Amino acid sequence: MTAIYVLWLRQIKRYVRSRARIVASLGQPLLFLLAFGFGFGPIFQKAGQGNYIQFLAPGVIAMTVLFTSIFSGIELIWDRQFGFLKETLVAPVPRILIMIGRTLGGATVSLIQGMIVVAICLAAGFRPGSLTGLPTAFLFLALIAIMFTALGTAIASVLSDFQGFQLIMNFLVMPIFFLSGALFPLNGLPRALNMLAIVDPLSYGVDGLRSALTGVAHFGMLTDLGVLSVLCVAMLGIGSYLFSRIQL
Amino acid sequence: MIRVEHLVKTYGEIKAVQDISFDVAQGEIFAFLGPNGAGKTTTIKMMTTLLKPTSGRVEIDGLDPATHQNEVRKRFGIVFQDPSVDDELTAWENMDLHGALYGVPRKVRAERTEQLLKLFELWDRRDDPLKQFSGGMRRRLEIARGLLHTPKIIFLDEPTLGLDPQTRNQLWTHVKKLNDEEDVTVFLTTHYMEEAERVAQRIAIIDHGRIVAQGSAKELKEQTGADSLEQAFLALTGSSIRDEGAGAVDQMRNMAKMFRGRRPR
Repeated sequence: MTAIYVLWLRQIKRYVRSRARIVASLGQPLLFLLAFGFGFGPIFQKAGQGNYIQFLAPGVIAMTVLFTSIFSGIELIWDRQFGFLKETLVAPVPRILIMIGRTLGGATVSLIQGMIVVAICLAAGFRPGSLTGLPTAFLFLALIAIMFTALGTAIASVLSDFQGFQLIMNFLVMPIFFLSGALFPLNGLPRALNMLAIVDPLSYGVDGLRSALTGVAHFGMLTDLGVLSVLCVAMLGIGSYLFSRIQL
Repeated sequence: MIRVEHLVKTYGEIKAVQDISFDVAQGEIFAFLGPNGAGKTTTIKMMTTLLKPTSGRVEIDGLDPATHQNEVRKRFGIVFQDPSVDDELTAWENMDLHGALYGVPRKVRAERTEQLLKLFELWDRRDDPLKQFSGGMRRRLEIARGLLHTPKIIFLDEPTLGLDPQTRNQLWTHVKKLNDEEDVTVFLTTHYMEEAERVAQRIAIIDHGRIVAQGSAKELKEQTGADSLEQAFLALTGSSIRDEGAGAVDQMRNMAKMFRGRRPR
């Protein structure tokens, strides 16, 4: 337990000390919220779908948590490059605990980022339907955070440097975001796109978050919760397995 | 305490370690000498659970690092050749994290951290993040950290690289003391022959992945008819200069430095 705690604490300390990173990582959600939110707002309204900011905000919050989580996981490559990974890998602690400590630390960091974006959304005019949905929304964010930090760790466990990083951004992380229903409603999509949205794990995260915050759901909250919980455990399992096999 | 039998590690075509065997007794100080790229670090990685051998056997205190990883990890401490500290954390935090990972009780951790940071003259800078440290200071911290818990075996992979004579002296005095008082087995590599001669009871010389000679410093000198260990070393390994290929890790480290705009201090 001590090992999990100290590695979790390390991630938090690193986050709090890198103020430039905090500010930089908020640029993207802000841009999405302003450009898309206010840009597409009038069309969305004319199409009879209501207020676009109300629709978009949960998507942008989920996006922030997705990106921060994947990056937190992939930070493992930095640790490999700068050598700190060796220090943890020879420590007399089962590697699964090291992986869990790192993952929880990374997930906590992305939850904090998510909360900051919630505040930005509120400032941009987003209004949650009810306050009682907030704890549920937090639960969904936590599941997204853990799942994708574990995914990032799994990816970083098999990459020894950043060569493959662009590939992963363009063919995995970006599709996960764009096909998740974060930006558009999943109703009445062309069949192929609909299939992709169904296999996209983030779809369930966005849907759960949106239904907790605004009461609008596509899959239904229980389905979202079930799918995310299973995927979360699976990702932690895969991540731990790949992490435990790292050789230097 | 350490037994290595017919150990082999190959990376595709490259044979990093080719069939080496040696034993290190409990309480012994054993030096592993060899030119750059001879296979020293690869051998250490296989003994310390970081790398699986292609073939052959390693035993650490009777246990195989490839299968009993956690048991083996409990038995050794290591000072790596390359950096392995966290730049964003302070000296104190790096020490404390290490102690916590190794299960050193909080109070003992604090005492030993203070004692070691003072010994290596880092105590005044304990609350500064390591990114503000010079190369020599980081190296000192790595050594202090490696000595924080008291293992049965300590691996020192070129610990004195880039250190001034004062720090080197401190280090070897401390290592000798640990060896005398707590019967810690020491496995070290170094390029400074006089250090090996001063502390090690037995020396193995490795070149191109093979052990070319083993014995005490005196025996090695007699075997080659040389006056000094350095001459014996050159006689055994030849005088051509070796190149270690810059691995992916080194290349990325350079890239990373560029990206972060970090100036070397």
